[in-house]
Amino acid sequence: MMPQPTQNAEPAALILGALSAIAIESARLMAGRSWKICLVARSKEKLIELSADLIARGAKQVDYLVMDVEQAADGGQLLLSAEQLSGPIGTVLVAWGALGDQVLAENDAHAAMTILNTNFNHQALCLLGIAKKFEERKYGVIAAISSVAGDRGRQSNFIYGSAKGAFSLFLQGLRNKLQKSGVHILTIKPGFVATPMTRQVKQGPLFVGPDVVASGILRAIDRKSDVVYLPWFWLPIMLIIKAIPERVFKKLSL
Amino acid sequence: MRSKLKSSEASWGRIAGPGQDVVHVDWISEAAPSIKENKERTLLPHGLGRSYGDVCLNDQGVLLSTKSLNKFISFDRTTGILYCEAGVAISEILKVCLPAGWFPPVTAGTKFFSLGGAIANDIHGKNHHVAGTFGRHVLSLELVRSNGETLTCTPTQNVDLFRATIGGLGLTGLITRVTLQLKKVTTDRIDVETIRVKNLDDFFTKSAGSDNDFEYTVTWIDCLATGSSLGRGLLMRGKHAESNNKNSLQNLSNKSLNVGVPIDMPNFLLNSTNMRLFNAAYFNRMQGDEKKSLSKIDPFFYPLDAIKQWNRLYGKRGFFQFQFVVPKAAADTIGHVLAQTSSKGMGSFLVVLKEFGPIESPGLLSFPMPGYTMTLDFANQGEATTSFIQTLEQMVLKVGGRIYPAKDALMSKESFAQGYNKLTEFKRFVDPGFSSNFWRRMTNA
Repeated sequence: MMPQPTQNAEPAALILGALSAIAIESARLMAGRSWKICLVARSKEKLIELSADLIARGAKQVDYLVMDVEQAADGGQLLLSAEQLSGPIGTVLVAWGALGDQVLAENDAHAAMTILNTNFNHQALCLLGIAKKFEERKYGVIAAISSVAGDRGRQSNFIYGSAKGAFSLFLQGLRNKLQKSGVHILTIKPGFVATPMTRQVKQGPLFVGPDVVASGILRAIDRKSDVVYLPWFWLPIMLIIKAIPERVFKKLSL
Repeated sequence: MRSKLKSSEASWGRIAGPGQDVVHVDWISEAAPSIKENKERTLLPHGLGRSYGDVCLNDQGVLLSTKSLNKFISFDRTTGILYCEAGVAISEILKVCLPAGWFPPVTAGTKFFSLGGAIANDIHGKNHHVAGTFGRHVLSLELVRSNGETLTCTPTQNVDLFRATIGGLGLTGLITRVTLQLKKVTTDRIDVETIRVKNLDDFFTKSAGSDNDFEYTVTWIDCLATGSSLGRGLLMRGKHAESNNKNSLQNLSNKSLNVGVPIDMPNFLLNSTNMRLFNAAYFNRMQGDEKKSLSKIDPFFYPLDAIKQWNRLYGKRGFFQFQFVVPKAAADTIGHVLAQTSSKGMGSFLVVLKEFGPIESPGLLSFPMPGYTMTLDFANQGEATTSFIQTLEQMVLKVGGRIYPAKDALMSKESFAQGYNKLTEFKRFVDPGFSSNFWRRMTNA
């Protein structure tokens, strides 16, 4: 039996989708704080490179699991496998996702299903297992990356947006359920982030680097925030966008 | 993966041209395949786009962006040897290595440049007189060539290619990994003295007098002063503060004022009246002839980084930076250039003067040589500006000086060949799959 994490245990994080740009920058900040880190992603070669980077930057220990996180049938089992390597884990960062191609998805059910699976179904199933373990332990932080795209459906990306919207709702419910167990659920809603995922999108002045989002994530974990918009200016922007009456909004192309 | 980057975003001088095709090399394992897949066009490595002119542009080809090729591989906290990917920025090295007591051996006036760029331009800093150029501190580099080869180059292995790649303007292949010797420090503070220099003669005396005791020296010159005040300015000299206190590195509140220039400023903002006011105010900000202070790293080394995208101050048309070096024997050229600048009313917002030391640069095309180097900025006002800079160029060439390619957008092919006497030797090492706007300008008929 693994020792159970407590408030005083060495900080250790499990990062799912560890090769995403936001995950990499978040892991670097954790490394700078001398955390232990367990990375999960598909490419062993890249995981080895990232591990070296994190060790050089001061991480106490870095381990990795080479796997397609979407194939993890049981998130609880995944957590235990990670703890076999890294010891007790108190923080889980869920950082995988894919923008997909809206136009393609509107015409191809398989492409649409992939977007829904990648951005909601798999995350939700995986988190159910992890949340259960944390609930039993009465300790833990789950920080999950949703998106401002999930706040209101828009014609240009509502398939991705609806998956993210569902994910935000899922996290909200999970937070409600786990708050009495002392488990912290953080919903992260980044706006436009300049990452490999968005390179094909025309980049305007609202784009920020993944490092900016990562420092917001760590700050929100420290502050035990429930929902955080990153950068902060997306909160007022989305308040306005959500406030537009539907009979007006349906005619807009934002 | 491909994308587009405007020239005005790809080069610091914002001299606009067509958009640049970019291929991102995010992982070492992607380097060789990216080169292979894009071989039908010429390639050019592109780091953080902080060179001013066109050495970092490739209109007809593809930029290999190393922005995300930014992983550390190992960092030995006892020896200060850092092994990392070529896209790592100096700002990251400061963040990770300074708390452990290690500092970049040489740094430019911004911290947002990549290691690959530092090597390709063999950059220098305020410590040139004691440390030489950046390339002297590179223990090894890994180069991927368009023929599929990956070569390790060091001062003892593949020496010729090593010397060609240092200062090689990205033309010898893609640098993927670098081993660098950092410099030991005991604090994150600099002991700084600022002294007034009354004119150029005063500068020559005080600069020479500072080099023994101060690791870092640089002089800001009021370019609009004339007559007996020609060359007046402020000499800043500094050295790493020392301490035995272990906490002297831990207290890294290196946060400084951080503002940005959100949009292009109107072209008239930096006009000669404003410049005269700024220069006079800057010179007179110091009450006495000498001031001592303890400075943080950022305000001493990177004052302009506090204004993000300060290059937008020059408006949409961008600006030219002109940096040259002349041998010591031709020191009076400095005065001639200043007099020309001031008499033509071509005022430059910032003029910086520095004495280069005798330490030999390792690269075939390295810019520094023993002598004096001066840097001037000129807002782009079309033909008037370019022909004026060409006049200055001739003054420099005539006395055996040369122009710094990292800053250049205008130098003639002849001036380049005349300034860089190892150019013929260098050409043998240029990768036939690599090119740049600068290189085509220097080699085409």
